[in-house]
Amino acid sequence: MSIIVNSQTKLLVQGITGKEGSFHAKKCKEYGTNLVAGAVPGRDGEIFDESVPIFDSVQDAIDSTEANTSLIFVPPHLRADDAIIEAVDAGIQVVICITEGVPVMDMVKVSSYIRDKDVILIGPNCPGAISPAPKVKVGIMPGDIHIPGKVGVVSRSGTLTYEAVGQLSKLGIGQSTCVGIGGDPVTGISFVDVLEMFQQDDETEAVVLIGEIGGNREQEAAEYIKHNFKKPVASLIVGQTAPKGKRMGHAGAIITGKDGLAEEKIRTLSSAGASIIPSIADIGEVVKEIV
Amino acid sequence: MKIHEYQAKSLLGKHGVPVPEGQVVNTQNEAMDVAEKLGGNVVVKAQVHAGGRGKAGGVKLVGSSSEAAQVCNELLNSNLVTIQTGSDGVPVDKVLIEEIIDVKKELYVAFTIDGVKKKVVAIVSEFGGMEIEEVAENNPDKVLTLELDSSLGASPYKTRKLASFLNVDVKQIRPLANVISSLYDVFVSNDCSLVEINPLVITGDGRVLAADAKITIDDDALFRHPNLSEFYDPAQEDPFEKQAAKFGISYVKLDGDIGCLVNGAGLAMATMDVTRSSGASPANFLDVGGGADESKVSEALKIILLDEKVKKIFINIFGGILKCDIVARGILDASRNIDREFPELVVRMLGTNFDEGREILMKSGLNISLVNDLKEAADSLKSD
Repeated sequence: MSIIVNSQTKLLVQGITGKEGSFHAKKCKEYGTNLVAGAVPGRDGEIFDESVPIFDSVQDAIDSTEANTSLIFVPPHLRADDAIIEAVDAGIQVVICITEGVPVMDMVKVSSYIRDKDVILIGPNCPGAISPAPKVKVGIMPGDIHIPGKVGVVSRSGTLTYEAVGQLSKLGIGQSTCVGIGGDPVTGISFVDVLEMFQQDDETEAVVLIGEIGGNREQEAAEYIKHNFKKPVASLIVGQTAPKGKRMGHAGAIITGKDGLAEEKIRTLSSAGASIIPSIADIGEVVKEIV
Repeated sequence: MKIHEYQAKSLLGKHGVPVPEGQVVNTQNEAMDVAEKLGGNVVVKAQVHAGGRGKAGGVKLVGSSSEAAQVCNELLNSNLVTIQTGSDGVPVDKVLIEEIIDVKKELYVAFTIDGVKKKVVAIVSEFGGMEIEEVAENNPDKVLTLELDSSLGASPYKTRKLASFLNVDVKQIRPLANVISSLYDVFVSNDCSLVEINPLVITGDGRVLAADAKITIDDDALFRHPNLSEFYDPAQEDPFEKQAAKFGISYVKLDGDIGCLVNGAGLAMATMDVTRSSGASPANFLDVGGGADESKVSEALKIILLDEKVKKIFINIFGGILKCDIVARGILDASRNIDREFPELVVRMLGTNFDEGREILMKSGLNISLVNDLKEAADSLKSD
């Protein structure tokens, strides 16, 4: 079975009546995802897209539909952090937060609150996750570029992941699950968490890991790959031409210390045994060698 | 958002962190008055967002109020060029005049967020007054980093532990711990991403003073701190970046001559890398964002073309939600509304309504190379 999102996924969308929420909820449903409910405070009893019931709270949605996965579009000023906590408290197992611009301190508090809880949090500021074989998409990525297969993809960035997938599919290399963990300084699951899941997943035979400048999560991943990961990894690090101290769009993509440098990340991943993808144009070619 | 030293010190003051006596001024007459009040022996500090200010001549010790006025006048009419600014430097609109303090010991204290540990961390060292990265590299045993739990905050035992590490007189530990605790309050109550006091000074008469202060506020949290938004100083920003921000476009100016227009931050960084690896040099980072439309694409092109160095533009769009025909119309719109000669475009776009977008560009009469993938794009950029 695929990781994170699969045939067991029963999707709830928090913020399903907003512009982004309604657009993407429809797209997920069209792709094949089992969309069972929406949750919007004060909109209990309404129906979304002719068949999806909307509830006042996440708990009500779970009680009626047994939703187990939540996709969040609640904007920061309406407290996306609280939407995450609500989902976790109600017992949702996979929470994917798309919202961009959540204050970092809110994510520090959320992370501390969910530390010992049995939940997978992805994001915020991420594209979500997709498993092409069971046709389950929980996120904002274009579904039609994906084809089923054995390569897992994990990345901090959205369009960069689509680019990688586009190149793989063009070469006939399908994907097991593609996960975007988000570009903020503090996010839910890390590269290592996703690698652990890919390790256990029979559907995944190789992994593409796409990192970028800033922070030291790629080094953490390299450490894990070196000692624990048994499958081949191809890795691309972007931002090699980025100047120090300048934020490159993502709140986390800013070189502050030495660990944030692209060459430092490439060096560590390479010495951990990952195949380095020299440039974004070479993703497909390098992956072809390792599968 | 970066804020000025004098603004940072006003935040420190509100939270009970002692700072040197002083005042910010923007004329030489004021400088004279303030220096006079402080006894003539003062330090004059240019207020700019860039680091490396001291070495660039932005901080000067003077011995009289008239000298203070003179130095102030020089600074106020100049752009300060530091290792962190471009060759144009940044304008000095305000100058901070402060008492000269009797420094016995210089310490380093900072708070930031560790993304891997997902916690606020305190970093301290007894080697203040120098780059903390260098200290960490050369004397790692002289740097202590402690994680702080968001619900417990700065526990007194932890602030004492941090203070004790700093190799100060035993009587100094408690007051120092109190200052560290107050700095944590500054950090969390203002949604900071960095509070760095370098140096935190212990004076000859035993006082603890924040001699310098660098504070960065989390941009994403500004919506709940209207009072902090007033600290925004547009004069310190790059004019192109400012213009881009108005349209919700994320732009960073670089030194090359190939303009880049991309959707998505990760793809934008990768596009810069491809440009560089082809032997060309990117003029900018630009992410038009997910919800881009025709006018945003057009504005993005206009901003890229504000940079006179740009001689070619590389447009790389992976259309998921953003449709190719919209991108094409945006390009057309920009080409009709620009004063300068429209440069050659290398366009690589993928996704919805590709054929329609392609046709619009083909018929446009513009100098466009439509490429199918990034390898072809790199070749086109290389060609001259």
